[in-house]
Amino acid sequence: MKWWVGPARLRRLGILGMNCRNLDFIGRYNPRRLYPLVDDKLKTKILAEREGIPVPKLHFALREQFRVKRIGEMLRPLAGFAVKPAKGSGGRGILVIQGQENGAYVKTSGRRLDLGDIKRHISNILAGLYSLAGTPDVAIVEELIELDPQFAGFSHEGIPDIRVVVFRGYPVMAMLRLATHESDGKANLHQGAVGVGLDIATGRCLMAVQHSLPLKVHPDTGADFSRIRVPDWPEILTLAARCHEMTNLGYLGADIVLDRRRGPLILELNARPGLAIQVASDHGLLARLRRLESLGNTHATVAQRVEFAMASFGRDLGGRKGFSEY
Amino acid sequence: MRSRLFFYIIVLVLIVAGCAIAWQRHLQTQLPLLPGVQAPIWLVEARVDFTARGEPVTVNLDIPDDPPGFYLLDEQTASPGYGFFILTENGNRRGEWSIRQADGPQTLYYKIQLVPIPLAATSRGELPVAPAATSVHWEEAEVVAARQLLAVARERSSNPESMTRELIKLLAASEPEQNAALLLSATPLVPLLEKLLNYSQLPTRIVNGLYLEDGRRNQQLTPKLEVFVGDRWLLFDPRTAHQGVPENFLLWNQDRRSLLDLSGGHNSQIRFAMLSQNLPAAQLASLTAADSPFALFGVHSLPVEEQAMLKMLLLLPAGALVLVFMRIMVGVQTSGTFMPILIALAFLQTTLLPGLISFVSIVAFGLLLRGYLSGLNLLLVARIATIVIIVIFIIVFSSLFGYRLGFNTGMTVNFFPIIIIAWTIERMSILWEDEGPGEVLVQGGGSLLVAVLAYLLMQWSVMAHLSFYFPEINLIIVALIMLMGNYTGYKLTELHRFRAVDQQGAP
Repeated sequence: MKWWVGPARLRRLGILGMNCRNLDFIGRYNPRRLYPLVDDKLKTKILAEREGIPVPKLHFALREQFRVKRIGEMLRPLAGFAVKPAKGSGGRGILVIQGQENGAYVKTSGRRLDLGDIKRHISNILAGLYSLAGTPDVAIVEELIELDPQFAGFSHEGIPDIRVVVFRGYPVMAMLRLATHESDGKANLHQGAVGVGLDIATGRCLMAVQHSLPLKVHPDTGADFSRIRVPDWPEILTLAARCHEMTNLGYLGADIVLDRRRGPLILELNARPGLAIQVASDHGLLARLRRLESLGNTHATVAQRVEFAMASFGRDLGGRKGFSEY
Repeated sequence: MRSRLFFYIIVLVLIVAGCAIAWQRHLQTQLPLLPGVQAPIWLVEARVDFTARGEPVTVNLDIPDDPPGFYLLDEQTASPGYGFFILTENGNRRGEWSIRQADGPQTLYYKIQLVPIPLAATSRGELPVAPAATSVHWEEAEVVAARQLLAVARERSSNPESMTRELIKLLAASEPEQNAALLLSATPLVPLLEKLLNYSQLPTRIVNGLYLEDGRRNQQLTPKLEVFVGDRWLLFDPRTAHQGVPENFLLWNQDRRSLLDLSGGHNSQIRFAMLSQNLPAAQLASLTAADSPFALFGVHSLPVEEQAMLKMLLLLPAGALVLVFMRIMVGVQTSGTFMPILIALAFLQTTLLPGLISFVSIVAFGLLLRGYLSGLNLLLVARIATIVIIVIFIIVFSSLFGYRLGFNTGMTVNFFPIIIIAWTIERMSILWEDEGPGEVLVQGGGSLLVAVLAYLLMQWSVMAHLSFYFPEINLIIVALIMLMGNYTGYKLTELHRFRAVDQQGAP
């Protein structure tokens, strides 16, 4: 494999670059005043619950340092839970505890933490270590997502999530992010998770990449990616598209998990979704985004938009077309 | 689209303004566009020796006023015990030394620094009042000879200048004709010429000047003739009839007045010594162009302390340019947006290699201690404060250690912004825990790479010179940064990042 691609070729493939994303899409379609809605997971969660969009249940949120002392009591009734910084980014500062065994907290990787580790982690969150600007933060403790059995074997020590890029309310591109041992149970591609591009029309696997390189089977479990077909696909796309109405962000990334009992849930939203999804989908975003830009306000409802996206951006429907061919 | 047009107009205006102002400043103040340009200056020393008689002494020396072809940079005297004052009279300056009592041999010095400038640029102030020719007295026999001589000269000439030249040729010939020989036997050449020209109603005076040659001592003034033609004085060489001020010729004494008046002493003698020196042209320009409007808004007109600080500040945009380029066009990751510039500024103080070594070692050592701190379970702010203090200890220790070992490089580390180092350590350590040592190397290496590049640009002498003497250069930098802020193309690193896309898509 070559070590680089020429810029002309990238442009022909319609690959969206970081600078172009920041200027032409984030800068133009995402007003800054809306950022706090998605940069603060607690705010997103409250907003989503008000709109009737399903999210993982919040156990409690911690704002003050002195309450960290009593965290042991608060955690006692919970079997598994996830601790997150409300303003964290890129999956940093997320601690997932599978269960408790005689006072020890077991991570998904099987590592055992004691109460002191949990306390330190939470107090780091409160001090703003993981927050974007280093400002004081809130620690969120929410329910543990239970792995949908359909994904058993595809994700190692972590829950897979589905990233859907939504532009002007249309789901544009989607990928499934699978945790690996290397990514330590996290679903962030730059940490070593596997990205599986999904066909917008069907929810089937297009291809899979890890560290920007294609692969066929999961590096830890050996599961064959080509078998993947995400269930409840239209429902997932609808959920993602509704986030546009909820936040008014023109260009956003919705992270969706499939819970065994509750079905698709919005995990978090992102006003600056990354570009790796293009590599995982083996397709550039730019062509689809430009097409939607030229569309005007044709589709009023979420259902219409999802239908349009599924009809237009599917793999078998000319989805491989380069930008210049539109 | 209209706003885009407006944007490009702004960028264009900034670039044009930056270039135009810099060019105007260059023209007006003679500031060189490149560093290291040297300009020659002359140091001329007049030495007056005389023997005092034990009475009050007054020495009155004619000094250069506004010599054509030179800018008078500085003058000073060395004369122990004497009072010195410069008298100005009708635009003619004379230096006067005085002392109540002096006895025996005395030596007085008058030193002057001169910058050669193009003759055309010499301002001669207001036009002199047209002088009258002085009346001349001849001996009986001389009158005829003078008249005949002047008649010949007039015959061969068309105007006062050519007449003067012809007259000089007649008199300065190696074998002068009869009339000329007669006149020369009574009066020396130069006073004779003055006399003859005044006799023919051309106002003429004898001036004295100095041929400047590097390293000459015990020089005497050379007399020249000045003839008033039209509205100004024209200089003639009384031997070659050459018209105009010769190169490296300093007119010292112009106003028909004696060169040296002495009362209270005798045996007076004046000798000149001269030396050519080189001064950085930039320094010179800041001295000579002090009254130009550009000098008012030039950083170099400030006190030295403020200059040093502003010098740093004015270099920052260059560093920012490198940073913006590396982040937007190349796509290098740095830890902390502007940290690389601060590191680069510190490198400017420490120079590159010692700075790099001490920075890396401090951060590495700090990371080691930070690893221990994380076990103590401290709150974030307190932990960073602790790291700050540890960093201070490391710096103090390495300074002392370096000093004991006999090199000063240990001292240089205290130029690093301590808080920045502490935050770097903290961020790196979190990065290490979260994303592994690889990411630490990527971001730390990226920061250092940008810092080194920014440093290389900022310490480049041309950049330092331009940003300091031509601050308007920064307008161009702003324009470039704005242009890059508008770049929607791919970053260099993205060409690698998206390489997988090409594989299957290839036809």
